[in-house]
Amino acid sequence: MAIKLPIYMDNHATTPVDPRVVEAMLPYFNEKFGNAASRNHSFGWTAEEAVENARAQIARLINATPKEIIFTSGATESNNLALKGAAEMYREKGNHIITQVTEHKAVLDTCKRLEKYGYEVTYLPVGKDGRVDLDDLRRAITPKTILISIMYANNEIGVVQPIAEIGKIAKERGVLFHSDGVQAAGKIPVDVQKDNIDLLALTAHKIYGPKGCGALYVRRRNPRVQLSAIIDGGGHERGMRSGTLNVPGIVGYGKAAELCQNEMAEESARLRGLRDRLKDGLFAKLDEVYINGSMVHRLPHNMNISFAFVEGESLLMGINDVAVSSGSACTSATLEPSYVLKALGVGEDLAHTSIRFGLGRFNTLEEVDYVTNRVIEVVQRLRELSPLYEMAKEGVDLSKMNWKAAAEH
Amino acid sequence: MAYSDKVVDHYEHPRNVGTLPKEDPNVGTGLVGAPECGDVMRLQMKINPATQVIEEAKFKTFGCGSAIASSSLATEWVKGKTVEEALTIKNTDIVRELSLPPVKIHCSVLAEDAIKAAIVDWKKKRAETPAASATANT
Repeated sequence: MAIKLPIYMDNHATTPVDPRVVEAMLPYFNEKFGNAASRNHSFGWTAEEAVENARAQIARLINATPKEIIFTSGATESNNLALKGAAEMYREKGNHIITQVTEHKAVLDTCKRLEKYGYEVTYLPVGKDGRVDLDDLRRAITPKTILISIMYANNEIGVVQPIAEIGKIAKERGVLFHSDGVQAAGKIPVDVQKDNIDLLALTAHKIYGPKGCGALYVRRRNPRVQLSAIIDGGGHERGMRSGTLNVPGIVGYGKAAELCQNEMAEESARLRGLRDRLKDGLFAKLDEVYINGSMVHRLPHNMNISFAFVEGESLLMGINDVAVSSGSACTSATLEPSYVLKALGVGEDLAHTSIRFGLGRFNTLEEVDYVTNRVIEVVQRLRELSPLYEMAKEGVDLSKMNWKAAAEH
Repeated sequence: MAYSDKVVDHYEHPRNVGTLPKEDPNVGTGLVGAPECGDVMRLQMKINPATQVIEEAKFKTFGCGSAIASSSLATEWVKGKTVEEALTIKNTDIVRELSLPPVKIHCSVLAEDAIKAAIVDWKKKRAETPAASATANT
């Protein structure tokens, strides 16, 4: 089979919209264009019916009821609503929030802002495997704790947190549990009942749906979770999120959720096979490669590898017909290497050499083999160019070198 | 980020990649940067002690495409120049030649530092082993 270049293997960033999703959305742009809040004509009823159908599809994916799904503009907004909404609503009860260091910026920066407003936030560390320690969590809970926010699976390293155990602890201690479920929902089984999740942030574009459309699961029973709105207006979405609903986006999101649910078992096994083939292929031909994060508790389609002595951006430049991403500082907006890898205790030298592969629904075995060979070829070429690889092969202990002195020569 | 054609050319066809014997008294080695910062350049030059002309230059670089290109270009530029002339190469010359964007200026600074460090190393060696020049002259 001929391979079409460039190859997209960055599915943690976003995913293409599935053609079946596009098809479901199309009538809702110009044919069935009504406002779902219009209560007095058929245009509105048609739109409302479509939205309610999608709400049920999304609810089924996470074992929730439709009324517990609040539509938003995406997971950043959902995380903001969960944290700020709960913080304000439960202020009387306490001002303490627990999260952890490898969360997405949508959670970390929201927590930073809440700290400015007088809330106290505990940022739990993670182990070398990328997971939080449950005893750390237990110890962090105080009578003032109102919310625990721990992501389901990480966007860089794909590490899945012990969610069911965290949910159990939160429930026992009477603390609300919010999870950023963006990378996990639709990819691995997520069950808000089994996991005792009270709030769950979701988005469409990571599951082959459209961008600009997300949701927040808000538990209605045992306990009934209440949130203060952060966007005020017409009182849509049970008053928690005003604004005219993005009907075509929501219809697409619902369809995308349904497809993920129907195909999950087969698809996750297929992706795991491809991911392991990629990993084994790279390890067979290259020395000094390291996997970042737990291999056991990991999304089936994620692989994050450090190729020691080869800087990430230069590797991306070499495999320019393959779209992946790097934890190297040179590829980040902040010019700092990945804070997630740093939290795992990965040295900055290795963080600069990390590459994230995110496999997806449309990747094929032929593509995986092509990418494997391209990466091997470019890593070998760049190592020939790397003074560090040469020094390491000569037996120089690079960690013991006085680099500052060398630079000041 | 889009790279200039010259950066891509140096990245794909780096000039003068390699290693010179660093014990050679006529070889100066400059090793600058740090793995933690994502850039390490090693620039080496073989200098004729009589004429002070840089007869050979080799590099190896761990770093982004712009760092590789900056050091590759530096080896091209120093070759055939005297030590004195090589010291006049400024990082801004490299920025201009490779059309480096502002975020990549540190790559050019590192290349200039590598040239200077290699020459300092060579001078230090000559000071320590006065025999070096005599041997080379014969």
